[in-house]
Amino acid sequence: MARLTQAAGRRLVAGVPILWLLLLFLIPFIIVFRISFSEVRLAIPPYTPLISWRHGAPSLELYGSAYSFLFTDPLYISSYLYSLKVAAVSTLCCLCIGYPMAYAIARSGAASRPVLLMLVVLPFWTSFLLRVYAWIGLLKNTGVINNALMYLGVIHHPVALLQTDFAVYIGIVYSYLPFMILPLYANLEKHDMALLEAAADLGARPLRAFLRITLPQSFAGILAGSLLVFIPAVGEYIIPTLLGRTDQLMIGRVLSDEFFENRDWPVASAVAILILLLLVMPIMLFQRLERRQLEAVK
Amino acid sequence: MKSRGLFARLALVLGLVFLYVPILSMMVFSFNNSRLVTVWDAAHSPTLKWYAALLSNGQILGAAWLSIRIALISASGAVVLGTLAGMALARFGAFRGRLLLAGMTAAPIVMPEVITGLSLLLLFVATEQLIGWPKGVGAVTITLAHITFCMAYVTVVVQSRLAGFDESLEEAAMDLGARPLQVFLRITLPLILPAIGSGWLLAFTLSWDDLVITQFVAGPGSSTLPMVIFSKVRFGVTPDVNALATIMVLIVATGIAIATVWMRYQQRRRERDLQLAAAANLSEPLQS
Repeated sequence: MARLTQAAGRRLVAGVPILWLLLLFLIPFIIVFRISFSEVRLAIPPYTPLISWRHGAPSLELYGSAYSFLFTDPLYISSYLYSLKVAAVSTLCCLCIGYPMAYAIARSGAASRPVLLMLVVLPFWTSFLLRVYAWIGLLKNTGVINNALMYLGVIHHPVALLQTDFAVYIGIVYSYLPFMILPLYANLEKHDMALLEAAADLGARPLRAFLRITLPQSFAGILAGSLLVFIPAVGEYIIPTLLGRTDQLMIGRVLSDEFFENRDWPVASAVAILILLLLVMPIMLFQRLERRQLEAVK
Repeated sequence: MKSRGLFARLALVLGLVFLYVPILSMMVFSFNNSRLVTVWDAAHSPTLKWYAALLSNGQILGAAWLSIRIALISASGAVVLGTLAGMALARFGAFRGRLLLAGMTAAPIVMPEVITGLSLLLLFVATEQLIGWPKGVGAVTITLAHITFCMAYVTVVVQSRLAGFDESLEEAAMDLGARPLQVFLRITLPLILPAIGSGWLLAFTLSWDDLVITQFVAGPGSSTLPMVIFSKVRFGVTPDVNALATIMVLIVATGIAIATVWMRYQQRRRERDLQLAAAANLSEPLQS
């Protein structure tokens, strides 16, 4: 009897979140997938139904027009590639800035480590939107950076910084840097310093010891941090909208515009499916890393 | 060895400067008199007029109140669901649906928000067609969406906290005849309470801050604070947003400071208790 209630209790504990996520996470994706194969029409909702009744018999209506539209219009292909480029460059910059920072925190004294970590995480607790907005004030033509450079006499006319690729990179690196540093720190902190000492005793120069020992050992951290930056950066909406170019949109903005401005739900859904296809591999990789990390804690 | 340590430390200092300069500049310019925001009007600054403008802006105050209510409910809902999911993943071993649950709780964390937002709105449109609910989108659909993406974060926090404990305490209680619910309330819950607390705070912050998903599932008359801010700053810098940012940064900084002091205090008390217990053990005669 007790066993039975325990089994029932367990089923309840696992069942409630599973049911919730099925209804509000998995089924919505199936709906997106299904609408991506419809055609837009003037109605509520503005797409053709999947099954229509023709002469009293149900018939399946599948259209590939949303996809063929995306693959033939150079605008979509270029924004797709542009998003990949922006995400890749930003991830690389994040890594180059975040790695030394994580390294320095991991090698600092036990007392200062929590303080330094808190300093890295603290901005994350303040509004993402407002932190991106702060860069408008710094980067614009009459902004703080241009004013400072002109005051110092480095430049005589303001340099266009806002609405450039550079501004988007800055925005992404700035917003996602903690996501790069934390997994790197978690990894670097666990390294056995004895290995480095042994390498030094055997005559390895510091740089060589770093390249041959520390860097390969921190590979899992590098991968986790890069995925945490790259995946959301591909679909980033706020940063390119506030800081980015107006002549070249990123794919997340294209999706949003198709939906809100053009009211073309099938094309918006098809864009979502194509972003997902691109990210399926990285997301699964991330999940595997996450699982291994949790099992390692055990 | 020395030189590389120096390089990393320099990078750390510069990186922290990079993280804080934009926030500080926003705070400084919130006291600026000029409407031009980034030109310091030395003659009439500092001034509190943007704070006054902010506090008399009914649209912003209304949106902030809506955001607070949504974040309170979303964080609480996310904590309940996330704790259940974290328990199942950390304690139940292999069960049917484990992989599904693990996948569905990890995916929302990295999923681009535009996709989550679009899919949730399409779901609400579909259910409205099928069963007539919800009647249009608004605060309710925003809350449901927020619970869904926030619970993923709570799950990770609770799961990793549980993974840090072994199950021996819970098993001991079971062996002594405690019922599962008792075990949960008396053993597991107190152990994971810090994780639940930080999970709730994280969920509250994420919900309070979310713009992209919210934009999809919000309707007319349900503009949250990030939506109002976004529509204001989309076309440039406005000084009252600087004031708002300053207030929010100060609240967060105060909250974190209080939490840090509290945790230090708790830790010191635990250490003292341990010392006392050790001292008591020593002073008692050995029993065997």
